[in-house]
Amino acid sequence: MTANRDDAPPAGTPTGTSGAPDPAPAEGFGRRFLRHAWSANPVTVTALALLLALAVGGVLAVLADPAARAAYGYLLDRPGDALGRTGAVLGGAYGSLARGALLDPAVLGRWWDGAATWQQVLYPISETLAYATPLILTGLAVALAFRGGLFNIGAQGQATLGVLGAGLAGILLPLPAGLHLVAAVAAGALGGAAWGWVAGQLKARTGAHEVITTIMLNYVAFALLTWVIHQPGVQDPARTDLVSRPVAGGAQLPRLSGPELRWDVGLLVALAATAGVAWLLRRSTAGFALRVVGANPDAARTAGIGVGGTYVLVMALAGGLAGLGGGQMVLGATASALTPAVVAQIGFDGILVALLGRVRPWGVVAAALLFGALRAGGNAMQSVSGVSLELVTVLQALIVLFIAAPALVRALFGLRRAAAGGPAATLARGW
Amino acid sequence: MTGVAAGPAGAGPAAGRRRTRRIGAGLAAAGLVAAAAFGAAAGPAAARFTFGEGAGGAGITLPGRAGAVGFGLLAVAAGALLCGPRPPRRAAALGVGVVAVLLSFLCWQVAQAPPGQNFLPLGSTLRGTFLLALPLVYGALAGVLCERSGIVNVAIEGQLLAGAFAGALVGTVTGSPWAGLVAAALGGVLLSALLAVFAIRYLVDQVVLGIVVNLLAIGLTGFLYEALMQPDQARYNEPPKFAEWSLGPLADLPVLGPALGRGTLFLYLAAIAVPATAYALGRTRWGLRTRAVGEHPGAADTLGVRVRRLRYLNVLLAGAVAGVGGASYTLVSFSFSKDMIGGKGFIALAALIFGRWTPTGALLAALFFGFADQVQTYLGTVESAIPTEFLQMLPYLATILAVAGLVGRVRAPAADGKPYLGR
Repeated sequence: MTANRDDAPPAGTPTGTSGAPDPAPAEGFGRRFLRHAWSANPVTVTALALLLALAVGGVLAVLADPAARAAYGYLLDRPGDALGRTGAVLGGAYGSLARGALLDPAVLGRWWDGAATWQQVLYPISETLAYATPLILTGLAVALAFRGGLFNIGAQGQATLGVLGAGLAGILLPLPAGLHLVAAVAAGALGGAAWGWVAGQLKARTGAHEVITTIMLNYVAFALLTWVIHQPGVQDPARTDLVSRPVAGGAQLPRLSGPELRWDVGLLVALAATAGVAWLLRRSTAGFALRVVGANPDAARTAGIGVGGTYVLVMALAGGLAGLGGGQMVLGATASALTPAVVAQIGFDGILVALLGRVRPWGVVAAALLFGALRAGGNAMQSVSGVSLELVTVLQALIVLFIAAPALVRALFGLRRAAAGGPAATLARGW
Repeated sequence: MTGVAAGPAGAGPAAGRRRTRRIGAGLAAAGLVAAAAFGAAAGPAAARFTFGEGAGGAGITLPGRAGAVGFGLLAVAAGALLCGPRPPRRAAALGVGVVAVLLSFLCWQVAQAPPGQNFLPLGSTLRGTFLLALPLVYGALAGVLCERSGIVNVAIEGQLLAGAFAGALVGTVTGSPWAGLVAAALGGVLLSALLAVFAIRYLVDQVVLGIVVNLLAIGLTGFLYEALMQPDQARYNEPPKFAEWSLGPLADLPVLGPALGRGTLFLYLAAIAVPATAYALGRTRWGLRTRAVGEHPGAADTLGVRVRRLRYLNVLLAGAVAGVGGASYTLVSFSFSKDMIGGKGFIALAALIFGRWTPTGALLAALFFGFADQVQTYLGTVESAIPTEFLQMLPYLATILAVAGLVGRVRAPAADGKPYLGR
């Protein structure tokens, strides 16, 4: 604890480079700012983890490029070749990643000249948001449980049940358009909540560790989904492979702006859920009980809080959130029929998103946006510069790995300890 | 288990009796259901269990319905004994009961198969069971090595995958399966080293870490697969295969012969590794220290055991074992493909837990799960109406029941997952 003298610094808000030292306020402000910025605070560690991950990913991308490998073969003769090729590979890969995730300046220019539509300009950012939407919900599912002292590995299974509930309601229920959508979304949330409730009950009643039960329930959910898909009435009669009939049009989430862009109302649902979780954690009695149980179950019990009941509630709520995320996958723009792969990896990614977002609701949103951007940009990277989409998986894993080990990042970059003690270590409890 | 909620009811003899009765009642009920439902569903056709690998040869023929009812009643009897005043050993009775229910089920399924297919070749069923269980055995053994010394290993999936990839790559490039085997072990060790350093030195939560390491393994191998193997399969991804060895007369034994008498190196390695690990854990200095470090690292440290060093050693060893398990895919039958382990690592984790963190238990659990897998295949060939998905759920459901204390009590090593802050 070297920097503990005053509490004036812009706590936690510095964004790396934008620290233009202002000469007016006090001579020491700029230096003080830098001192705090270059400490192991969450923002700096996250930024450096991202940087490290991009560096490792860059090495992989260069290694995978045959021309670059060849150029490194005669590095000593003509180092310019190798360095040039390295720059080209990195620029191509990460350039197309950024253009595919945020904004393509060329398209912007054409739009300015009237040669492109505004939808084309917004396409990358809408893709990012479309990928981020389910991750916000599954990330919240993991983060909420974390705050209640439970490690919810089961977001994947809960999302699978959400897909099942929402998909079945969307396929089978004969309801008018608007009501059908509401019913399908609710069925998804309920499906996920039921799956979370099971894990919560097991924990509360028998003490079975939630990590083990939720991992197992993930796979049970997957088998259940596969079984349901090939039941008569659900499976598409025209198909022999595992594809269900499509969800009724009236149960699909409306797009936010026309059919060209894939963002849909689910994004608003996700943001509303985030606000709801933030309110629950900060302002409500149930949220207080949840946090107390998470911090110290024995103290909670002594204070008269029903620990078991809280576990069940937390898991059901978390499951409901993940179920909403699953519903998004089958009612939204991603797919409109049940397949075994329809859930993708949103539950497992949700774990990473929750950790990256420091298990805070709006942090989860930010982390989900980053993951969504990587995914959307990864698609562009694969199609434009031919670098495999798997690189994105590596990047995501590495970012979280470095985030989870702030001590490593601190040592690598010679960061000071953060004034506030730095990012707390994630809970380490074992089975 | 370190669950903060109260665990299953106390450990006194009364509670034990209660649990025994409950299990007995459950077993009897299952037997009754089996006798009634399977018996009613099984046609009058005969069910033939042959000892070899085909329809011919010696075997036993049972009338389907009578067999289903008879084995169901046997399970009822085992359950009733457990409920009675002088119960036999619980594990033994439970084992007999579960096997009887299974046989009752098989009698029904074999009897209802299309005419001409009313037989179950026990030899090839057992062989399939062993083959399917083999990666699980290696994976679960890797889990045992890690977790008995106090490091949670959720990364089995990734370790298997790394082994499979490294084995395929190096095996193909060198043209030698032995080189591939060594590389596979090293691949597993490399991934394990990541697990060890981040868990032991940087104190990252081990479950989180396992998940991240799995993801990293999937991403890395997938990336390298697309960069190297896909463009040039012949050069990078046509691994040489280990031949199958036959143990002479042993291979001709009925039932057991096909499973144990003929197999690749991996079968025999596993057959050595499991008892060796069990012996080493229970009887050697290393084993005692490993268990001490996993249960109470502080006490072990006081007695001069280098806690962190031992944990490093065990985690790396686990990586080698899992890596070899991964090679049992690519150096026997398949070339490498993306995400080829496909969740087997998590079944291995289930086997580890279901087997109560012991090598022998893990072996039995892996065989049980392998059997469930093999029965799925069989049911597919006889066009059974039983959905295979429910058999797929079996390992996971069994594990949930086990950790919930409904079948017996499973307890993880006390210090499992807790970083040691001392030396």
